[in-house]
Amino acid sequence: MTSTLTISRLTKRFTGVEALCDVSLTVEPGQRVALLGHNGAGKSTMMKIILGLIPFDSGEVTVCGAAPGSAAARAQVAYLPENAAFHPALTGEEQIRHYLSLRGEKPAQALELLARVGLDHAAKRRIGTYSKGMRQRVGLAQALIGKPRLLVLDEPTSGLDPVSRRDFYALLDGLAAGGTAILLSSHALTEVEARTDRILILSDGRLRAQGTLADLRRAAALPVAISVAPAPGQKEVLATALPMARANGDGRLHLDCAQGDKLAVLARITGLPQVADLEVIPPSLEDIYSHFSQRDGQ
Amino acid sequence: MSRILSTAAVEFRIALRNRWVAIAVALMVVFALVLAAAGAAPTGDVGADRLSVIVASLTSLAVYLVPLIALLMSFDAIAGEVERGTLPLLLTYPVSRAEVLAGKLLAHLAILTLAVAAGYGAAAVAAFWMDPASAAGLPALLRLVASSVLLGATFLGMGYGLSALARRPSGAAGLAVGLWLGAVVLYDLVLLALVVSDGGGALTTQALPFALLANPADAFRLFNLAAAQASAAAGGMGGAAAAIPLWQSALSVALWPVLALALAVAAFRKVTP
Repeated sequence: MTSTLTISRLTKRFTGVEALCDVSLTVEPGQRVALLGHNGAGKSTMMKIILGLIPFDSGEVTVCGAAPGSAAARAQVAYLPENAAFHPALTGEEQIRHYLSLRGEKPAQALELLARVGLDHAAKRRIGTYSKGMRQRVGLAQALIGKPRLLVLDEPTSGLDPVSRRDFYALLDGLAAGGTAILLSSHALTEVEARTDRILILSDGRLRAQGTLADLRRAAALPVAISVAPAPGQKEVLATALPMARANGDGRLHLDCAQGDKLAVLARITGLPQVADLEVIPPSLEDIYSHFSQRDGQ
Repeated sequence: MSRILSTAAVEFRIALRNRWVAIAVALMVVFALVLAAAGAAPTGDVGADRLSVIVASLTSLAVYLVPLIALLMSFDAIAGEVERGTLPLLLTYPVSRAEVLAGKLLAHLAILTLAVAAGYGAAAVAAFWMDPASAAGLPALLRLVASSVLLGATFLGMGYGLSALARRPSGAAGLAVGLWLGAVVLYDLVLLALVVSDGGGALTTQALPFALLANPADAFRLFNLAAAQASAAAGGMGGAAAAIPLWQSALSVALWPVLALALAVAAFRKVTP
């Protein structure tokens, strides 16, 4: 089976600034891939190149077996822009009917599509009266038109409340099960962790890491934090037994240890009679994300 | 084709809701009726039917109003999409930029045709009411409608081109006003000044016909006055209209829309969303 999206050694410069540098990745059919990076990391630039909206300087990009932006690629790729915008004078239904016609589909499906994103009640109202979340849903509805082979979503859940987000990811799961490859960008690792198959971290135009969350966790090799509660009156004795631990104001002792030493350190602590309780705190998703996105001493 | 028609339907609906249809029709009807009433005086001297005289007056009106309405409708076509942020999404759809422009053109041209037909139609009804012999002027009226639509297409194309070049609605509006003033008002004034200073020399006899044919508004005027044979009623341009063969002004009127739209498509292709 061929990849839906292949990018190799992609480089893009904007008047002296390198927006993307030597980026290579593939997205397979049915895969849900999250593209993470802070503002200006190059996420939107990469998406616009995949969509054929802007040219690139070097490298190769293949979308559904065709050049990005070619008629063949556009027929199979759907896009949801960040802050989806539409003409305020049209109703949601009219806008979706138009997009259906542009894709050669029957305009009569408009109401059904709007119902899928929970917007059928507002279909006859003008988009000018919609809230940001409602406009985002219109954007999502148009991205569902036809059966796209690749879905490119630029920060799709911004402006959606938590319940809508869950519905949104459920929709994506259904599409991915049907073979649609999904590339979505986000600021937050916490949001995409359970909903995507693979995570790409982009920083300053370079791909810093890619893999499953478990892969990233392993590659980051961030220290594990251990918090120890001493038995009553035993704090001083315990502190001498664990010289590398710090005492905080909460009456507990805190220490960090490398992933590989975790079991040995735990064995040592649990062997001490002065320990009442202990907690192991793995590195948070935010820690892992900032580890990769701020490498090179930034 | 269905993509073009769908775009045209959407654009027409937007224009209807933004009151552009009402404004264009009202503008043309009011001005045409005023002219029909005011143009009643010279009938006796010229010996032409009432409608032919009114067509001559309508020609002078259309030269100003049709380009104005066309530019007002078109300056926002691309710059507005850029500003609203709707262009990137549209360009990821399997629709070519030429098809997008064709759809917009179809809608705007339909509105313009509606306005022109309503305005000229009202004037024609007034002419028939005052002078039953007006039927003689009907061919001239039909020519005027057709050439007005072509003139409108020319300035719609130019408006799209400026809209693509400016990329901001405010900038596009400024350029459109500049184009209207330059092509419709200043161009003739400059030619007039040159003719006067030249005093009937080579400039007037050799260069003037080309200068008139090169401007779509002047070519439109020449075509209608020469064809209507009622140039005496319009004064001014009458001499020039007689000197330039009808086929030349007809060719200019027909070629300009093609040229303007080709330029608009080329300018739109250069827009990076």
